[in-house]
Amino acid sequence: MKNQTKAKINKGFYSSLKISSYICCGIALTALVGVILFVMIRGTGHISLQLLFGDPKDGDTILPAFLGTLRLVAVSILLAVPLGIFTAVFLVEYMRGKGKLVRLIRLTVETLAAIPSIVYGLFGYLVFVVALSWGYSMWGGGITLAVMILPTIVRSTEESLLSVPDSYREGALALGASKVRTIFKVTLPSASSGIVTSVVLAVGRVVSESAVLILTVGMVVNKIPAALTEPGTSLALDIYYFANFGKPDEAAATAVVLLLFVLALNLLAALCGKLIRKKYGDNA
Amino acid sequence: MTMTKRSIYSFISARDKVMKAIFAFAALFSVLALITITVFLFAGGLPFIFSHGDTFWGVVWDVHSELYGIMSMAVATLFVTALSVIMGVTVGLFTAICLYKFCPKKAVAPISHLINLLAGIPSVIYGLFGMVVIVPFIRDYVSPNGVGYGILSASIVLAVMILPTVVSVSLDAMRAVPKNYFEGALALGATKEQATFKVLIPSAKSGIFAGAVLATGRALGETMAVIMVIGNSPEMPNSLFQSVRTLTANIALGATEMTGDAATALIACGVVLFVFTLIINLTFALVGKNGKDKKGAVREKSNKSKNK
Amino acid sequence: MKEFDTELGISVTGCNLWYGELQALKNIDMEIAEREITAFIGPSGCGKSTFLKTLNRMNDLVENCRIEGRFIIGGVDIYAKDTDVNLLRKNVGMVFQKPNPFPMSVYDNIAFAPRTFGIKKRSELDEIVEKSLRRASIWDDLKDRLKKSALGLSGGQQQRLCIARALAAEPKILLMDEPTSALDPISTGKIEDLMSELKTELTIVIVTHNMQQATRIADKTAFFYLGELIEYAETETLFTTPKDRRTENYITGRFG
Repeated sequence: MKNQTKAKINKGFYSSLKISSYICCGIALTALVGVILFVMIRGTGHISLQLLFGDPKDGDTILPAFLGTLRLVAVSILLAVPLGIFTAVFLVEYMRGKGKLVRLIRLTVETLAAIPSIVYGLFGYLVFVVALSWGYSMWGGGITLAVMILPTIVRSTEESLLSVPDSYREGALALGASKVRTIFKVTLPSASSGIVTSVVLAVGRVVSESAVLILTVGMVVNKIPAALTEPGTSLALDIYYFANFGKPDEAAATAVVLLLFVLALNLLAALCGKLIRKKYGDNA
Repeated sequence: MTMTKRSIYSFISARDKVMKAIFAFAALFSVLALITITVFLFAGGLPFIFSHGDTFWGVVWDVHSELYGIMSMAVATLFVTALSVIMGVTVGLFTAICLYKFCPKKAVAPISHLINLLAGIPSVIYGLFGMVVIVPFIRDYVSPNGVGYGILSASIVLAVMILPTVVSVSLDAMRAVPKNYFEGALALGATKEQATFKVLIPSAKSGIFAGAVLATGRALGETMAVIMVIGNSPEMPNSLFQSVRTLTANIALGATEMTGDAATALIACGVVLFVFTLIINLTFALVGKNGKDKKGAVREKSNKSKNK
Repeated sequence: MKEFDTELGISVTGCNLWYGELQALKNIDMEIAEREITAFIGPSGCGKSTFLKTLNRMNDLVENCRIEGRFIIGGVDIYAKDTDVNLLRKNVGMVFQKPNPFPMSVYDNIAFAPRTFGIKKRSELDEIVEKSLRRASIWDDLKDRLKKSALGLSGGQQQRLCIARALAAEPKILLMDEPTSALDPISTGKIEDLMSELKTELTIVIVTHNMQQATRIADKTAFFYLGELIEYAETETLFTTPKDRRTENYITGRFG
C-alpha cells in the first residue's frame, strides 16, 4: 500500500514537470514570437519613403545607415573571409590538425570567439581612433568587425575541411596535382557549402553588431559618408539612436528593415547550401 | 615538349611554397590579433588598476570627483547575468524538453527552425523591445517604486535573448543521447515522464551545461540590449527594481566622451571584463573536455554490448 | 630531371619501409616488365598495397613513413632529390580500392588532370574527355550525362570513371589497388576486360585479394607475406608449381 501511494506521488511529480515543460515552451514561444510581432506591428506602419531613401536634410532617414551597413559588411568580409579560410587550410591541410602550433592557434581562435563585442570595440577605439589617430571611421569599424568574425569563419571552415574525405585529396594528388591545386580545386570546393553558410552567418553578425560600432565608426546618422575614412552609422546603430532619442516608432521601423535583412541572409544561406549541394552531388 | 613541362613544374613548386607561407601567415595573424588585443588592453589598463588600487576596487564611480570604483558595476554585471541565466536556462531547458519529447512531432521541425532563426536577431532589437514593452509594463504593474528601468527589466530582456541558444544547444545534447537509454528505461516500467527526467536529462547534462555556459558568456558580454533598459546609474544593486550599470554599459557610455584618467579607467573595466570571459571560456573548455570523455566512454560501452 | 622512358619497366632494389618503428616491407627486389599485367597477392597486411604505393610515392602522405631502396621507373630514380613528385604521379597513375570521384561533373572529373597540366582549350579538353571515357569503355554509358554529378553514378560506373580520369593524364603505368573489391561481379568482369585491353598500351600493376582474378588477367604474379616478397613468377607457374611452402599454403587456401 505504502509503495503504491509513493509511486502515485512520484508519478504526480513527473507529470507536473511535464506540465511545466509545456508552460515554459509556451512562455518561450510567446516571448520570442512576441519580439518579432511587436517590431513588425509597431514598425511597419512607420516605414516611409523619407525614412528609407530620403535626404538627411529633410528629416530622419536610414539611407546613410543602409549604405554604412553595406560598406561595413564589404570591408569586414573581404578581410576576414580570406584570412579565416587560409587559417583553416593551414591548420587542416598543412598541420594535419595536430601539434603544438595548431593547439596554440586553436586556443587563440577560441579565446577570440569568447571576447565580448564591447571589448573589441574598446580595442578598435584604442588602436584606430586613438593610437593611429584616424578618428571615427568606417575603416576602423570594418577592421575591428573583421577580427571579431574571424573565429566564426576559422572554426566552421575547419570543420567543413575535416569532413572532406581523404580519398578526394588522394585522388587529386595521384593525378599529379600539386598540393595547392588539390586544395583550391578539390578540397575547398568540396567544403564550400559549409564555408558559404559560415560566411553568411558572419555577415549576419556584422549586420547585427552595434556595440563595436559606437566606439569605432561613431554614430553620425544624418550624413552619407563620402569615404571609408569618415565616420558613419549602421542600421543596428540607428535603432539605438532612434530609441535613445525618443523616437521608438522610427526605431521599430528601422528594426523591421534590419529583420528583413537578417531573414534574407538566412534564406540566402539556405539557398546557397542547396545550390552547392546540387552542383557537387549529395555529400558535399 | 619536355622542356615546357619542366618549366611549368618548377613554377608550380615555387608557387606551392609561396602559398604555404601565405596560409601560415594567415594562421599566425589570428594569434597576432589576440596578442595585440591583449597587449593594448593590459598595457592600458593594468598600470591604472595598480596605481588606483584603493579606489578602483571601491563602489563609487564618479567622474567629477575623479573616483573610478568599479565594484558596484562588477556586482551589477554578475547579478544581472546570474538572474538572466537562471530564467533563460530554466525556460530554455524545459522548452527543449517539451520540443524533444512531449510536443506533437509535426510541430518540432518548424519550431526549432524558428528558434534558430531567432538566434540571429540583432541584440539591439531585443533592447528596443525591452525599452518599449517590458520597461513600461514593469513600471506600471510590477515595480513598487514606479521605475521600469533596472535589474529586472535587463534580466528579462537578456533571458529572452539567450533563449534560442539554450534551446538549440540543449536539443542537440538530448539528440546525442543514444535512443536505447530512453527505451531501456521505458522497458523497465518507467513512464515517459520518468524516463525523460531521470534518464534522458542526466545523460545529456554535460551538453546542457555547456549550453548554459555559452549563454552566460553572451549575457555577460551583451552591451546594447542592456544599456537600453537598465537605467545606467552606477550604484550598488540592492533591489530588483533599481537602476544600475553593468561594466559593458559603462564602457560603451563613457568611451566616446572621456579623456585622461576616466578613459584609462574604462580600459581597466575592459580588462576586468576580459578576465571574466576568460574564466567562463576556461570553464567551457573544461566542461567540453569532460563531456567528451563521458560520451566516449558511453560509446565504447555500447559498442562492447553490441559485440556480445 | 630525366624524362620517363616509355620503353622501360619498373626496377626496385633493396626496398625497406617503416611506419614508425614497424617495418612493413623487408628487402624487396623486383623487376616489373612494361606492357604486362602484374598482380600482387597475399593475405591482409602483407605489404602488397604498401609496396604498390611506394611506386608513385603516395606513401609520402603517410606520417612517420620511412623508405629505403632504389626505385627506377622508366629510367628515372623516383626518390632522387630533383624528382618532381607531381610529374611522377602524372606518369604513374593510380586507381583506388573505393571509387573516389570528385564531387563535380563527370566532365570536370576527367578534365582534372589535363587542366592540371595546363590544357585550357575547350576543344582539346572535349577530345581528351571523350578519348579517355572511350578507353575506359564507359563513353556510351556517360556521353549524355557529362554535366551531371559523378556522385550520382553506380559503384561500377564510378570506378570506371576513376580509371578514365587516371587515363586522361596519359600515364605510362597504372597502379590499381584492389580496384574491384567494392564492386559486383558484372562490374568486376567489365573492369577486368578493360585491363586486358589497356595492357597493349600500358604497364598495369594490380593488388588483388582475389586469386581467381590474378589467374584470369595477370601475366606475372607476386606473392607477399609479412612484408616480404616470397615468390614472383609467371602467373601460371606460380599457381601450378609454387616453389615456396608459404605460397603453396596460401594459394591452396590454408591461410589468409
